[in-house]
Amino acid sequence: MYFSKETPTVSSELTEKWERELAGAIKDNPEQKTRFTTQSDFDIKRLYGPQDIETLDFARDIGVPGNFPYLRGHQITGYRSKYWTFRMFSGLGSARDTNQRWRLLLREGNTGLSTAFDFPTLMGYDTDSPRARGECGKCGVAIDTLDDMMTLVAGIPIDQVTTSMTINPPATVLWAMYIAAAEATGVPAWKIGGTIQNDMLKEFIAQKTFMCPPEPSVKLISDTIEFGTKYVPRWNPISISGYHIREAGSTAIQELAFTLRDGIEYVEDVIRRKGLDVDEFAPRLSFFFNSHIDFFEEICKMRAARRMWARIMRDRFKAKNPRSLWLRFHTQTAGCSLTAQQPLNNITRTAIEALAAVLGGTQSLHTNSFDEVLCLPSEEAATIALRTQQIIAEESGVVNTIDPLAGSYFIEALTCEMEAKAWEYIEKIDQMGGMIAAIKRGYPQMEIADAAYNFQLQLDSREKTQVGVNKYVAREEQKVPLLQIDEQVEEEQIERLNEVRRRRDWKAVKTSLQELKDACKRGDNVMPACIAAVKNLASIGEICDVYREVYGEYLDPGLF
Amino acid sequence: MDEREKIRIMVAKPGLDGHDRGARILSRYFRDAGFEVIYTGCHQTPEQIASAAIQEDVDLVGLSCLSGAHRFLFARVVELLREQGADDIVVIGGGIIPEHDFPSLYQAGIKAIFTPGASLESIVAWIQENVKTGSKNE
Repeated sequence: MYFSKETPTVSSELTEKWERELAGAIKDNPEQKTRFTTQSDFDIKRLYGPQDIETLDFARDIGVPGNFPYLRGHQITGYRSKYWTFRMFSGLGSARDTNQRWRLLLREGNTGLSTAFDFPTLMGYDTDSPRARGECGKCGVAIDTLDDMMTLVAGIPIDQVTTSMTINPPATVLWAMYIAAAEATGVPAWKIGGTIQNDMLKEFIAQKTFMCPPEPSVKLISDTIEFGTKYVPRWNPISISGYHIREAGSTAIQELAFTLRDGIEYVEDVIRRKGLDVDEFAPRLSFFFNSHIDFFEEICKMRAARRMWARIMRDRFKAKNPRSLWLRFHTQTAGCSLTAQQPLNNITRTAIEALAAVLGGTQSLHTNSFDEVLCLPSEEAATIALRTQQIIAEESGVVNTIDPLAGSYFIEALTCEMEAKAWEYIEKIDQMGGMIAAIKRGYPQMEIADAAYNFQLQLDSREKTQVGVNKYVAREEQKVPLLQIDEQVEEEQIERLNEVRRRRDWKAVKTSLQELKDACKRGDNVMPACIAAVKNLASIGEICDVYREVYGEYLDPGLF
Repeated sequence: MDEREKIRIMVAKPGLDGHDRGARILSRYFRDAGFEVIYTGCHQTPEQIASAAIQEDVDLVGLSCLSGAHRFLFARVVELLREQGADDIVVIGGGIIPEHDFPSLYQAGIKAIFTPGASLESIVAWIQENVKTGSKNE
């Protein structure tokens, strides 16, 4: 029991009295809506009180930071010892262009790097592939070979700064390139820190960057987790991501449930396939959530996620190491909440979302630039977004105390309700036989499609408001300067790739690709052969062609 | 002579972009609005889209691209349709498309462009006004 015995009774009585008074008041002053809901369409009550959280047990369900159930964060010192990592996601044009943007961001106070790749790189194609036409450098940096990776990290102290790479089907290749680039500059693999996103289940569910079918995709992920555990211990070999699930239009509860269920699937696969003990690798699993515009819903989602993961790891997987129970996560503000109309309003949206992420206890944060709904961020827009984090950290005072919203009737009640709904989803997917089985049935995909469709209809009917879009529409649109990627970037990248192809030892490339193919066929860990191939300057497309040939290709079933 | 009553639409995702939220919402809305809808799924080449549009005898192709590669991809789909004598198929586009790209896209033969914030209703209204069934489009 959370309160003295009498409190819930007293509170219920007072609430009843208040409700009688309210009935009269509402007659004179009708409420503005018939339903008050979160962004995810979750009903919110008029008032919360002790009776809403009376079944909570303080030690079991809330506790203190650094202790089970980690609701209040795994860091015992909160943000008082160390802020979250200011990790601005960036990548544009060529490796040289992106290296310059990285240097600018580090100069301005960015404390971690995060790489956006262009679509050919994300999908495992060389820039000169017929499938890649028109895409080079457009929504991130183009990386074809180790040469480009060397340019990308030139002059960056990679023994000190951690680098995150948003890369999924070809995660083994980009990680191999980063490891090789570090070694070439004298930094051994055990010393480097960072993250590869490497979460394929959410690709099938939501982001749709895929290459091979689900089973071999998960096998490749288990390879990286095993390799990282042994040789790259400071690296997070996966970032289990809800971000893209939410961007595809899910509710906050779906984001929470599907992400954690994906995590369960990966843990099961590593244990089964690699025979590792859960405590050997679980401490290096990391997560990634969206911070959308509904302030309290986001905070509660993040708090619920921490408590749920701790319970999953302790009860389902019998983990003993406290670090295995920690849900460490990066957050990005919601790209899909930004509007092309009156784009400067996006600065305000991003600030609210970033504040929610901080109050939710994130370990790392990217704040979107106001122009991201129109193009890649300009330098000015990216700097404002970084400054937003710095203002929250150093001016607003929200870092002074840990988990400041704990104990709020509303916050704790909503955290519990979201958790309960998420458990229902997890049980349902368990009953289907796991996430891969659920994906094959199209279950999470269609749940998200329903939610996205419902939200769009609510916008169209003005049941939900988007300022500047369906309310407060401006006659004259604000003009903002747009960053454009020159079509010439593609030609120059292809020239560089051809130059590498002429220079490299073709025999060595062929041999290393054959060795990779053999490793794939035998079911061995692909990482050693992949690293050898990138060192011989095999390109991303050549290496992924091996995967596509051995494992087959996955095609979008096009559900809607 | 085509006696079909319903307008037949193909919603297509050209290129490597996986942002399919808009394409899937629109596909469903078009179906609910009484159109016949085919959705290609992500990662289609312009060649695949043009040949599927002709095979399926659609009245309209709606292209969706959020990766920035629209300039090349949209124009290429129209070009391929023309080459194959299917210039009666109306092609429209949507996604993250900066205004300064509109003139060149219109010039390439894209008939309408819808960007973030466009209501579903407004897109359907445009189609009802500008697209006819069978091979009656000018």
